[in-house]
Amino acid sequence: MTNNTHIIITNGLWQNNQALVALLGLCPLLAVSNTVINSLGLGIATTLTLILSNGLVSSLRGYILAEIRLPLFVLMIAGIVTIIELLMNAWFYELYKTLGIFIPLIVTNCAIIGRAEVFASKNRIMPSLLDGLAMGLGFSFALLLLGAIREVVGAGTLFSQADLLFGEAAKSWQIDVLHDYSGMLLALLPPGAFIALGLLIAAKNVFAIKE
Amino acid sequence: MKLTSPISAAFRVGLFSFIIVGMVSLVFHATKDKIADNERQALLDSLQSVLNPESYDNDLANDVIQLQAYTIYRARKSGTPVAAILTSTTSHGYNGNIRLLLGITMEGKISGVRVLMHKETPGLGDKIEIKKTNWISSFKHKSLSDMSTRQWAVKQDGGIFDQFTGATITPRAIVNEVKKTGLFFQQNQQIIFQ
Repeated sequence: MTNNTHIIITNGLWQNNQALVALLGLCPLLAVSNTVINSLGLGIATTLTLILSNGLVSSLRGYILAEIRLPLFVLMIAGIVTIIELLMNAWFYELYKTLGIFIPLIVTNCAIIGRAEVFASKNRIMPSLLDGLAMGLGFSFALLLLGAIREVVGAGTLFSQADLLFGEAAKSWQIDVLHDYSGMLLALLPPGAFIALGLLIAAKNVFAIKE
Repeated sequence: MKLTSPISAAFRVGLFSFIIVGMVSLVFHATKDKIADNERQALLDSLQSVLNPESYDNDLANDVIQLQAYTIYRARKSGTPVAAILTSTTSHGYNGNIRLLLGITMEGKISGVRVLMHKETPGLGDKIEIKKTNWISSFKHKSLSDMSTRQWAVKQDGGIFDQFTGATITPRAIVNEVKKTGLFFQQNQQIIFQ
């Protein structure tokens, strides 16, 4: 692994984590992270979009003029998200029915235009694809943590409704972490998302200072 | 950074738009039929979830009329009406509209109810989905004549239907909407099967 590759990966996963450090993409992050499975669904879709948009922006970077780069990024990202939505609707209909609502939300994720601007428009295709993957995984990691915290505190379970993503067999995956738990509504509602994210960012900062 | 003339910038935005819109429309045309197919199949599946497919023999998905706010699918066996499936929408939920599918037999029994679409609170109001709990099945086999009694309400209002902890508004909205739709069917049976 070259030094450069190493930097791209640690940046995406930790140093410049889009959700916990850059604080980008909070709209979909806070809206969808009420269960682990929802988080996983949005994480996969966001990672895919990041890789594709970074790849497209990087491969066309020679034709993008500095003055008009933002409208062009918006165009490309909206196009990619629409195409992903159509393809899923056609060939992964069951998955689309559960993930479908998250897909348009991805357009509101500024992390994607952020990576296009900061990285993909200035780098070659391979590093850009890798950057998309690393940033996507970092974002998914924060999403999953947030989803797990909110699901355990809010409903006392983990992996409930796994069948939405993994089919009927996954129905038994649900883990009752807290038995006879009556639930805590606050954690499932938007204020709970803000509080949990605040705690996560604080924890990340504690680690960062120690380093 | 050297400045670009506005005309050349505009030309480039236009060119990019053209290419990207072209890509999207290509994919749209390639997937159009498949998506329509999926949606037709999903409609059939949801119709069959509120009415046993063995009870009718007509092309249910296409034997459809629009009466006031209701879309009504008419089920017949050898030409005789056996049941109707109505879609209805209520805005009395916690957040946005709830769309329901309601099957009623000619004997005045509810053959099934399903929620087609809603935006209720995840983890609370969304227990109305059959995927999450089987609350919605509590309407099955209930009779239209039950609807006029005071029992046709959630428990908190003195009725027979469960509410969910922390969410009463959502089930109450559905209980009331099922009643409204059921009574509508009762009063308009003749017109529906004309």
